[in-house]
Amino acid sequence: MQRAAFILLWCTAVVTIGCLVLIVVFILRKGFPSINWEFLTAFPKNMGREGGIFPTIVASLYLTIVSLIIAAPIGVGAAIYLTEYTREGWLTRVIRFATETLAGVPSIIFGLFGFAFLVTFMHLGFSILSGAITLALMLLPTIIRTSEEAIKTVPASYREGSLALGATQWTTIAKVVIPAALPGIVTGLVLSVGRAIGETAAVWLTVGGALRLPFSVMDSARPMTLHLYTLAAEGLSLPRAYATASVLIITIWIINSVADILMYRVMSRLRG
Amino acid sequence: MEVQERRARAVKLKEHVIANLLLTVACVAVAGVILIIFFVFREGWPVLMKYGPFHLASGKEWLPTSNYFGLLPLIVGSAYVTLTALVFGVPLGVGCAVFMAEIAPPWMNQVVRPAINLLAGIPSVVYGFFGLVILVPAVRGIFGGVGLSLLTGGIILAIMILPTIISISEDSLRAVPKDYKEASLALGATHWQTIYRVLVPAARSGITAGVILGMGRAIGETMAVIMITGNTPLIPKSILEPGATLTGTIGMEWAYASGEHAQALFTVGIFLFILIIIINSTALWFSQRKVNRS
Repeated sequence: MQRAAFILLWCTAVVTIGCLVLIVVFILRKGFPSINWEFLTAFPKNMGREGGIFPTIVASLYLTIVSLIIAAPIGVGAAIYLTEYTREGWLTRVIRFATETLAGVPSIIFGLFGFAFLVTFMHLGFSILSGAITLALMLLPTIIRTSEEAIKTVPASYREGSLALGATQWTTIAKVVIPAALPGIVTGLVLSVGRAIGETAAVWLTVGGALRLPFSVMDSARPMTLHLYTLAAEGLSLPRAYATASVLIITIWIINSVADILMYRVMSRLRG
Repeated sequence: MEVQERRARAVKLKEHVIANLLLTVACVAVAGVILIIFFVFREGWPVLMKYGPFHLASGKEWLPTSNYFGLLPLIVGSAYVTLTALVFGVPLGVGCAVFMAEIAPPWMNQVVRPAINLLAGIPSVVYGFFGLVILVPAVRGIFGGVGLSLLTGGIILAIMILPTIISISEDSLRAVPKDYKEASLALGATHWQTIYRVLVPAARSGITAGVILGMGRAIGETMAVIMITGNTPLIPKSILEPGATLTGTIGMEWAYASGEHAQALFTVGIFLFILIIIINSTALWFSQRKVNRS
């Protein structure tokens, strides 16, 4: 009985890894050979049927950077407020509930919101800015949660030591607490980068999908994810779709590895 | 003396300003939720009121170009893909969580955990693309038809919700107090008997929360579903037929919809939003029950 059950449980883990391996290997085997310098740096021709994906890489990076510039200070600030400046009360409960809600809202709803509020109502149009603000809202829950966790692991003695030396509360936070919590905070930000690069639906409804190099934040653009969708759904070029999917998978894998290494450092320091 | 006092006052003022600034920043999430609700409802409200929520929800046909907005095909489509995802995803996910929390050797955990993180990080379009090039031909080959079907969508969604189910279930299994396990083993129960008679029941609330959150993810997923379910807004007779979901319909039609049709898509958004709020609150309720008890 136990033997049979344990074999079955082993199988569930093997199947889970098998799914991942199947997806990654299948896409990389067909896509990786087409990734070269030219593919990454050339402009697409003929709607993406030929040429490279340079503008879509720029669009993905542009969106990610602008959304993090917006979300990082807000998210880390909110985490500092929740952990250092207030006790649990009705206000923190409301903020926590709002954060949970944001974390659960489907990306297409964020897209509808961005389209109605930013693109139309605020007259920002289909633009990097509309997309980045929408993305920033989607990233907030992750950033707030990971920063909170990181700040909570800073020992109380650090704060007490600093306060006893006559430092004010803000000086203590800026000079003692934040530096000590930094690796954890950065891990959260790195994971947010992965989410921003992988997001599609919300970005589609707010950035549009113009296949050209974006310069200003008011330009429409097409990030890699949306380009992959267009290539695959409209059947423009299967080889280029495989290559774009491979670039996305490799990027996410690198980001996850960086986050893992950071996390490992945090953990080993916690153990002392 | 006066200089010192002035400096002290300046420091106090600075501390005060920073505290208020941080409070403002902490409220951004609240403002975001309010803005989302306000704008989605503002756009979707006219259609919702004109036809009535119950009439809309029970309407059997979605014919947006002739201004007939029946949501039943979309609701049934979403329900089918979600249930399919749960049928495949829950046994696999909960099984994997039990494996990782109880019987995996450490080296195996070091393989599984990054794998699950990568599964969680892969963009939904990549899942959709994989479904399109592998699963759609496979389903076409085995069951006939076009291959674009609710079953195909459900299978891909099952893989996509695995990380949610596994990580939350594993956490709650690990949170079960050690004494439970030790007491059970001391009474002579085998490891397996301890797992399914003691540990899994003790972690029930957390596992349920994980499953419900996974369900929320499945209902809310858009891109993968658009690419492989066929986007045919008809009430499906079986899961082997193509269908459309709430999310997929918004995604397929927003770009060209205008007038009442565009408003109707926001109405679909309202239904989706309320559904997700109910699902997430249920999950929260379950996970809090776990906290209260321990």
